Amino acid sequence: MSSDPLIQLEGITKTFGSGDAAFQALKGVDMSIERGDFVAVMGPSGSGKSTTMNILGCLDIPTSGIFRFRGTEVQSLTRDQRSLLRRRYLGFVFQGFNLLARTTALENVELPLLYRGESKAERRKAGLRALDMVGLVPWAGHTPAELSGGQQQRVAIARALVTQPDVLLADEPTGNLDSERSIEIMELLTELNQSGITVLMVTHEEEMAAFAKTIVRFRDGVVERIESGTRSAQITEASG
Amino acid sequence: MFGIFGATLLLSLREIRRHLMRSFLTTLGIIIGVAAVITMVTLGNGVTASVKEDISSLGANVYIIFPVRTERGSPRPFDEADVNAVANQIAGVEAAAGSASAAATAFHNGQNWSTSVNGVNNEFLRAQSIDLAEGRSFTAAEETAGQNVCILGPKVREAIFVPDVSPLGEEMRLDSVSCTVIGVLEERGQGGGGRDEDNVVMMPLKTVQRRFTGDDTIQFFVVKYDAAYSSASIQTGLIDLLRERRLLQEGQENDFNIIDTAQVNQALGTAIGALTGMVAAIAAISLLVGGIGIMNIMLVSVTERTREIGIRLAIGALAKEVQLQFLTEAVVLCCLGGLVGIVLAFGLSFGLAAAVGVPFVFDPMINILSFIFSAAMGIIFGYYPARRASKLDPIDALRHE
Repeated sequence: MSSDPLIQLEGITKTFGSGDAAFQALKGVDMSIERGDFVAVMGPSGSGKSTTMNILGCLDIPTSGIFRFRGTEVQSLTRDQRSLLRRRYLGFVFQGFNLLARTTALENVELPLLYRGESKAERRKAGLRALDMVGLVPWAGHTPAELSGGQQQRVAIARALVTQPDVLLADEPTGNLDSERSIEIMELLTELNQSGITVLMVTHEEEMAAFAKTIVRFRDGVVERIESGTRSAQITEASG
Repeated sequence: MFGIFGATLLLSLREIRRHLMRSFLTTLGIIIGVAAVITMVTLGNGVTASVKEDISSLGANVYIIFPVRTERGSPRPFDEADVNAVANQIAGVEAAAGSASAAATAFHNGQNWSTSVNGVNNEFLRAQSIDLAEGRSFTAAEETAGQNVCILGPKVREAIFVPDVSPLGEEMRLDSVSCTVIGVLEERGQGGGGRDEDNVVMMPLKTVQRRFTGDDTIQFFVVKYDAAYSSASIQTGLIDLLRERRLLQEGQENDFNIIDTAQVNQALGTAIGALTGMVAAIAAISLLVGGIGIMNIMLVSVTERTREIGIRLAIGALAKEVQLQFLTEAVVLCCLGGLVGIVLAFGLSFGLAAAVGVPFVFDPMINILSFIFSAAMGIIFGYYPARRASKLDPIDALRHE
């Protein structure tokens, strides 16, 4: 069991539409991701990286192929079973932050715990702990409209962390941020990865991908090549 | 599980508060529907109660018999012999008592008051369930001799007698006839046909016939019957006897009418009930329209909040949890509308009852029913939008602008 990779994709294909209008977004993707890895998924638009992320995030299922997560074959699970999987093991960070408007930072962070049925006191405690991890406790009572883009993204990361997930999925997490804020976010993701969370990130910026341990490059619905990130090695060296 | 339910409830309240004006307009249909149904039923109950009171003031198991106009001429009054024949010859009749009345002016203590003087006997008072507030009714001697004694209606007592001093034993005058006050009637309110039952002076029948009407006729009489007998058979007996006494030929229509208070009571109750039901049903249609309004706004809300739904689904909300959230919102909206409607109906029916002059009869059942009904509206009309929200694909929902 422990020798199995955390995530394993075998011959994954994904076709949208049918007949003449059918479009094959993934044409047989094979890859595996180990626990504790920090993976950057790169590729031009239309290369299948977002589709792969949706499948990895259990938001979508492949048309064919096998997707094992923690040994479970996700492609044969029901919608609600996949919801439970997301609730239990996954944390999401989106490009557009996707915080609930007119809802405080703390309440946004507490949201996933609500669906776990945790008590108000537990939610508050865990919510503040997650906000502390991203350095936003003083902003707990602010609504997204009162926060900067970088702060909003950190709230979103706190929301993804609050359930103590195994995997953090980030879809263009720095897409809406200037380079200084982007680097802050990447440093935060690196820290989280060092604390043991597996991070999967889609990005089109080489500079951001460089923070990752592994870079997976997509082209035309297949994995073109897999390489190691440069920057993360330096950071590990420096802090080690 | 309470955690998520409580949180869902709070969430829907917040969502309603966020769009206060929209929420109010959305529930207006429910508010008006609930208010209309409750007001109609409450007023209907009031009218029923008021009519029943009128009828019961005529006495229970009592017929009222009076002459009517026919094509042969004006109404022919009865006489004492008719009343005695009815009392003695028909099985099931416990008592029969006639009444003659005239308009008169009452004088006392230098004051005067327009009223009517009713000639009756004790039998009549008993049959009509007329009770005394103070004093006594007529003695047999006073009835037979037609003595000048009188029992005051409360209005007359109030109008020309000194308050808080018993009028018993006082002398008063009715037109030119003096009489001694021996009793005061209990308050009875409006009688059938809008007659004020409290503005009367009762005297022995003989006295009124001799001193006011000047003949021995009887304008109407009441018959008290034993409830153990069939009302129909007593009525047949009554009609046969009176036709014979009034020398009606075969084929000639009755020149008198018999009112059975029990029958009238029942018939009026049924009629008012049917009318109330019909009006309430029309009002219920507005509730239905209100429900459709709720569905419309909930669908708008689901579209507006597609992204929010996407976020919730992505972080692991189950379809049924999203559905519960929107369903709760619709039900809470409808329940709030129902509550506002109930409060509105309370004020409205209270005011209308006072304006129309019927008692305000609060009916907890219709209030509870209306509330349950509006909650049911929320479930019925919130179901489809909520289901639609729960069926959204998280990937599409997240991309929604």
